[in-house]
Amino acid sequence: MILLLRRWFAFGLLALSSLGVPLAHAQLSIEIVGGAGAQIPIAIVPFGNEGTWPLGISGVVGADLERSGMFRLVSTDGVVPRPVRAEEVQGPLWRARNADAVVVGSMTPMPDGKVDVRFALVDVVKQTSLVAMSFTVTQQQFRVTAHKIADIIYEKLTGDRGVFSTRIAYITRQGTRYQLLVADADGNDPQTVVSSNEPLLSPRWSPDGTRLAYVSLENRKPVVYVQSLETGARRAVANFRGSNSSPAWAPDGRRLAVTLTKDGGSQVYLMNADGGNPTRVLTSSGIDTEAMFTPDGQSLVFTSDRGGTPQIYRANLLSGQVERLTFDGSYNVSPRPLPDGKGMVFVRRDGGRFQVATLDYATRQMQVLTAGPGDESPSVAPNGKMVIYASEGGGRGILAAVSIDGRVKQRLVAPAVDVREPAWGPFPRS
Amino acid sequence: MRNYLWIALIAAALAGCSTTPTTEAPVDDRSATAGAGAGSTGAQTGGAAGSGVTGSAVGTGAGANPLRDPNNILSKRSVYFDFDSFVVKDEYRPLVEAHARYLQQNRNARMTIQGNTDERGSREYNIALGQKRADAVKRMMTLLGAQDGQIETVSFGKEKPKNAGHDEASWAENRRDDIVYAGE
Repeated sequence: MILLLRRWFAFGLLALSSLGVPLAHAQLSIEIVGGAGAQIPIAIVPFGNEGTWPLGISGVVGADLERSGMFRLVSTDGVVPRPVRAEEVQGPLWRARNADAVVVGSMTPMPDGKVDVRFALVDVVKQTSLVAMSFTVTQQQFRVTAHKIADIIYEKLTGDRGVFSTRIAYITRQGTRYQLLVADADGNDPQTVVSSNEPLLSPRWSPDGTRLAYVSLENRKPVVYVQSLETGARRAVANFRGSNSSPAWAPDGRRLAVTLTKDGGSQVYLMNADGGNPTRVLTSSGIDTEAMFTPDGQSLVFTSDRGGTPQIYRANLLSGQVERLTFDGSYNVSPRPLPDGKGMVFVRRDGGRFQVATLDYATRQMQVLTAGPGDESPSVAPNGKMVIYASEGGGRGILAAVSIDGRVKQRLVAPAVDVREPAWGPFPRS
Repeated sequence: MRNYLWIALIAAALAGCSTTPTTEAPVDDRSATAGAGAGSTGAQTGGAAGSGVTGSAVGTGAGANPLRDPNNILSKRSVYFDFDSFVVKDEYRPLVEAHARYLQQNRNARMTIQGNTDERGSREYNIALGQKRADAVKRMMTLLGAQDGQIETVSFGKEKPKNAGHDEASWAENRRDDIVYAGE
């Protein structure tokens, strides 16, 4: 099967466009600090002819899978000749190495300068080929192709959609220099979206991944902007008297929930994504903020101090009915609905520690995912399996990620800069 | 199971690292604030008002701007709050009353009250907390005769701490409203 991923690559164009430009860069490293209980042992055999190019494919595939915490890489050392096609994979040899699955592939230059990349995933327990695909790509598309292959393998073996082709947005602070950046989910290829000498916060991806909403203090007050990632053009969509903050996209990408103070107090409004027609949707005498849409678009979860302490509530936009969701503790904030609609991730304060936790709406079961003490701003991967959040390490802000069951833990550290406010982007458009 | 793996990844956290369309957005600025475009100003408006005033007064004789006279209470611009509190403490009552009186006597005067919080907790929730503190001082001033339209309340949340420390003394300095008059 030949898969031409033109539209998909158009999405990736932003990330790819600077690959030819040498970047002055600080090193961002991902450290896996805790592994899952059960990991799938998988061997990624270097692809045939891969050594022709400085950046191959198989190494990136293996790094993606291992970093997810769901896989353990099995050594391929000493296997001669290396298999490049499914039918060349000798099951007993790999079973002896305790591998359950083997990935093989090849890379072949084409007359037009592009490269034919093929791979197969073999279940060596059942002795069957699970998937085989080929891609015709340019050298600049190797990394994006590797992430796509890792996504396919991840989905075949775990049943969940992979997020290796997604991107993350985050904010760095170096002295008084603030930058909003977008990078691949593995931290590669960071691109500056906006720079400012005043704080930036709350980046939020539009559902189609083409725009970011965020809050900037560059006008000596919080103002909500929406910026196109394709053109760089931006617009102040909420710049009313008072403070304008906490943007959140509706699932249809046409509306934003925002917190405005123009009518007194921090209250939640819905407005068109271009800034028109702000309408107040919640009313309280105290603070209402941090609204997020539930995946069905019919409700908002939000933080309010209407009960005396900050707690999380859910409001049905049709009926207007408001229901309190958190009861345990005196500080529960920053709700982030899970994509399955069944629960949310949020931040709780336990003593003086701020921790990321999950709440199941039906059972009211809470699970604490992180230890704190200063964890904040969680953002859920589009497959609902990982949560990226802001934490502290070495006296600086760092990013960290944890699996939704709390078992896999990663830290993303960049030296000399504070990193904060991560936002996990949506699945790429197919 | 605990396994340690370090994967070196590339991050360019430096300015001007590429020329793609996403770099340096054109500023479509709806406000009239001078020099406030993205990346164009390093002005620290939050905590500078109080400390910058003392040394920078030019005219000091009779008839000097009372807002800049270090001997005038109107040069005092900060109101501090207790933890988790929005109550304007009695010790700041004379300051708030003086500014309210100034606004009442100078109907063209406009001020912004900038609310701030300490570093603990959610960034967005702290924006709302800071707003509540700014609103508390505004409410008091309007009760004392200032007009609603003279005062805009905004919040910097925990984004612009006056003191970058991580202890109670630093936090106390950051739980604060700053008063800034238009044109300052």
